[in-house]
Amino acid sequence: MVKVEFLGPINKESISLDIQNLSELSDVLKNDSDVSSWLETCAVAINDTLVSTKDVNLVDGDKVSLLPPVCGG
Amino acid sequence: MKNLQIFEKALPVELITNAWYDEFKDSNYGAIITFVGVVRNENSIDGLSFDLYEPILNSWFDSWQKKAKDKNAIVLMAHSRGDVFNHESSYIAAVCSPKRRVALEMIDEFVEDFKAQAPIWKYDIIDGKRVYAEDRSTKISGAGILK
Repeated sequence: MVKVEFLGPINKESISLDIQNLSELSDVLKNDSDVSSWLETCAVAINDTLVSTKDVNLVDGDKVSLLPPVCGG
Repeated sequence: MKNLQIFEKALPVELITNAWYDEFKDSNYGAIITFVGVVRNENSIDGLSFDLYEPILNSWFDSWQKKAKDKNAIVLMAHSRGDVFNHESSYIAAVCSPKRRVALEMIDEFVEDFKAQAPIWKYDIIDGKRVYAEDRSTKISGAGILK
């Protein structure tokens, strides 16, 4: 299973999904009304490293984080 | 002392900046530049509130420390988590460098990159509620791959 967590203002509990890659995650989240509107602006990290392409495979135990637009300071 | 420090609520500015000065004044840095961010009273807010994601904040900060080291400098940072009210401080950044010009340029780049990339989310506190500061927020580089 892959754990998916939603950071900051998305305000949604983590979920666990049986998925093999980020494309599958994209398909799942596009159909989730709590999250779909965030997808365009969110960055994605796998195991706390930011990734820049959807062409990434996932394995059991991976953690995927969605990071909405930021504003520190 | 860690070079990146997270505090619950408002920053104790004098404690932090004095500690940094005491720690580094004898290290032969010719320039120690400190930037203190203070919450402004505007748009009828009572203050700001912050969420942080420390694992990626740490790696972002470490990459800056490497960049600073290449110029014989160091970077320092303190940030709040939770509520910070008007006229309190939520963010302090500093650069210590042997050379004045390096420190002046780096504090500018460091603060701007922080604003654009550090995984911290800001909320206005209005009537006791947290409202995400969406219009002031910036997409992290590479955002949108799941759309």
